[in-house]
Amino acid sequence: MILNSILFLGGIGLFFGLGLAFIGKKLAVKRDPTEEKILQILPGSNCGACGFAGCAGYAAECLGENADIGKCALGGEKVVRQISDVLGREAKIKEDSVAVVFCQGKEGVSKNRFTYQGITDCSAANLISEGNKECEWACLGFGTCMEVCPFGAIRMDEGIPLIDEEKCRGCGICIAACPRGLITLISKRHRVYVLCRSKEKGKKVREMCKKGCIGCGLCVKVCPMEAIQLKDNLAVIDYDKCNNCGKCVEKCPTKSIVLNKSSLSVQFLS
Amino acid sequence: MKKFTFKAGVHLPSYKKLTVGEEIKETSIPQQVVILLSQHIGSPAQSIVSKGEKVKVGQKIGEAQGNISVSVHSSISGEVIDICPQLHPVSGKKVLSVIIKSDGQDEWIEKGKEHKDYFRLSSKEICNIIKEAGIVGLGGAAFPTHVKLSPPKDVDIVILNGVECEPYLSGDEQLMIKYPVEIIEGLKIIMQTVKASWGIVGIEDNKPRAIELMKKEIAKQPNISLKILKEKYPQGGEKQLIKALLNREVPSGGLPMDVGVLVDNVGTSFAIREAVIRGLPLVSRVVTVSGWGVFYPKNLRVRIGSSISFLIEECGGFSFVPGKVIMGGPMMGITQYNLEVPVVKGTSGILVFGQKEVKKENIRDCIRCSKCIDVCPMGLVPCMIALYAENQDWEKAKGYNLLDCIECGACVYVCPAKRPIVQYVKWAKEKLKC
Repeated sequence: MILNSILFLGGIGLFFGLGLAFIGKKLAVKRDPTEEKILQILPGSNCGACGFAGCAGYAAECLGENADIGKCALGGEKVVRQISDVLGREAKIKEDSVAVVFCQGKEGVSKNRFTYQGITDCSAANLISEGNKECEWACLGFGTCMEVCPFGAIRMDEGIPLIDEEKCRGCGICIAACPRGLITLISKRHRVYVLCRSKEKGKKVREMCKKGCIGCGLCVKVCPMEAIQLKDNLAVIDYDKCNNCGKCVEKCPTKSIVLNKSSLSVQFLS
Repeated sequence: MKKFTFKAGVHLPSYKKLTVGEEIKETSIPQQVVILLSQHIGSPAQSIVSKGEKVKVGQKIGEAQGNISVSVHSSISGEVIDICPQLHPVSGKKVLSVIIKSDGQDEWIEKGKEHKDYFRLSSKEICNIIKEAGIVGLGGAAFPTHVKLSPPKDVDIVILNGVECEPYLSGDEQLMIKYPVEIIEGLKIIMQTVKASWGIVGIEDNKPRAIELMKKEIAKQPNISLKILKEKYPQGGEKQLIKALLNREVPSGGLPMDVGVLVDNVGTSFAIREAVIRGLPLVSRVVTVSGWGVFYPKNLRVRIGSSISFLIEECGGFSFVPGKVIMGGPMMGITQYNLEVPVVKGTSGILVFGQKEVKKENIRDCIRCSKCIDVCPMGLVPCMIALYAENQDWEKAKGYNLLDCIECGACVYVCPAKRPIVQYVKWAKEKLKC
């Protein structure tokens, strides 16, 4: 009795197994072995920073002619080199860069215009009378950039995002998420930042924020490399000339220029 | 008499008793007005005055640009002291404006041509007069009226909207009490312009005095009727009004003219009459200043461009520490943070609430109780739209007919989880635009 059952079920199993094996061979999707190789090289985290649907999507994209093979932010230089070896194509190696938030307007530093109640998302809050901050270049601090970061490199502290340079891969997803465009990718070589975007005149900036650039021009005078210029009441550093000496940082009366000494985030230090 | 209404909606406490007996009073002349060049939907007007120029009341200071645009006029006499960007109370953005300092004379410019015999004018001529007079929909949307009055489709019925369903506001009611003859004349001009055969005036049953006076006037007209509606919000929405009065349904994404109807506010009708028959441009409008936070709530005839703080001064100032100031009604109005913003053509009310009246509610998760579905006057599923918008799935939200939402706020009013559904809708609409 029991033998019958075993034979019967075993038979069915064998039949379907063979059937599946046959169909699997017959209808197999042919995959390019190079694509397979590239997929193995890629980190496989499917972060989407390259702009394609996961690592497989980007691997398929890499096969095309004129495709940019240097887009994997997570893998960095190593992965790009490996891909270029596989494809036998030269790849432009991007400099390691890190996202920097150009505002220091914590709670208590930058003034609020009104109390905001509603959706805790920067782009939604920005639609209501153009945001609750007095300064139109101030960080709204609802943490939309933190939510979109695939690497968990951003955390919010008193209404300002802190970026962990160790974790940040420079993918740039947060740049698109910020409704005020306050985030920029800057090469890790450059350590001095003017953390303000306000184009208002100094007096107005003083009224709105304790740590805004007031366009006083002291940094322009003190810079030995003549790397700083004033544009629309805002100090702008020319990174081709800057040598990270940090003299402007000492001179800045509002502490809106910051020197990032270690690999830790700028704001961790200040 | 049969009372009409529509399905769904909410019954709100009306709070109209604060200003119900208050006749429309003229304000004193403001020291300074800020006249925005973009007070309407469409392209902004172009300034035609320069700094230092003397202007008089009713002088055109902004020329309409293109078809969907209207002219803008000075509301006081005086000197142009600046032309610079100023805060728009509704959009919250800065728009180019003309700032005029009063000389205290209140001198009118030579009035436009009077057309007592308006029935001799063609539709095109009337539309031109209306465009030049700067008339927009005074119910709140501020859509240029001349565009509305030249519909590409046939319109057989004109509805005059005297519903005023928002709580607190009673400006339209007072306008109907004070100027019933003029409003009906305005309606006749509209009907002539769009060649409609029938006119209906719709009034909610909480305005007995207005109904009585309008009824007397309407009885003299052969092709105009008065219809009374039950008090319910948002009955003043044009789609709801058409459904309630005529049982016609405006198709999704369509306009009232698709069902042969045109809806205009009573205030607009009055402004049209003043423009066509007396040749006066739109330089003032009726604004209800109300709420418990203001000393003497009043209905005021306000010069366009007066600041909110000036109106509150006219009403005796704040009665206690203000917590919230809203421009418009309490349901659809926009909260203001700066009291120097000017009154625009679409401002129907200024509401002031004390600090104790303003509650801060915590937003909680949707529990799918479906109360919002019961009250949605457009028959949408607000909770699902809000959930998809919360998860930033804009296309799915659009699939729930997001674009049909009239943002009336009935769903937010009933939501037990205090979810800002209208904000989600506005956010999603903005995201779908780009």
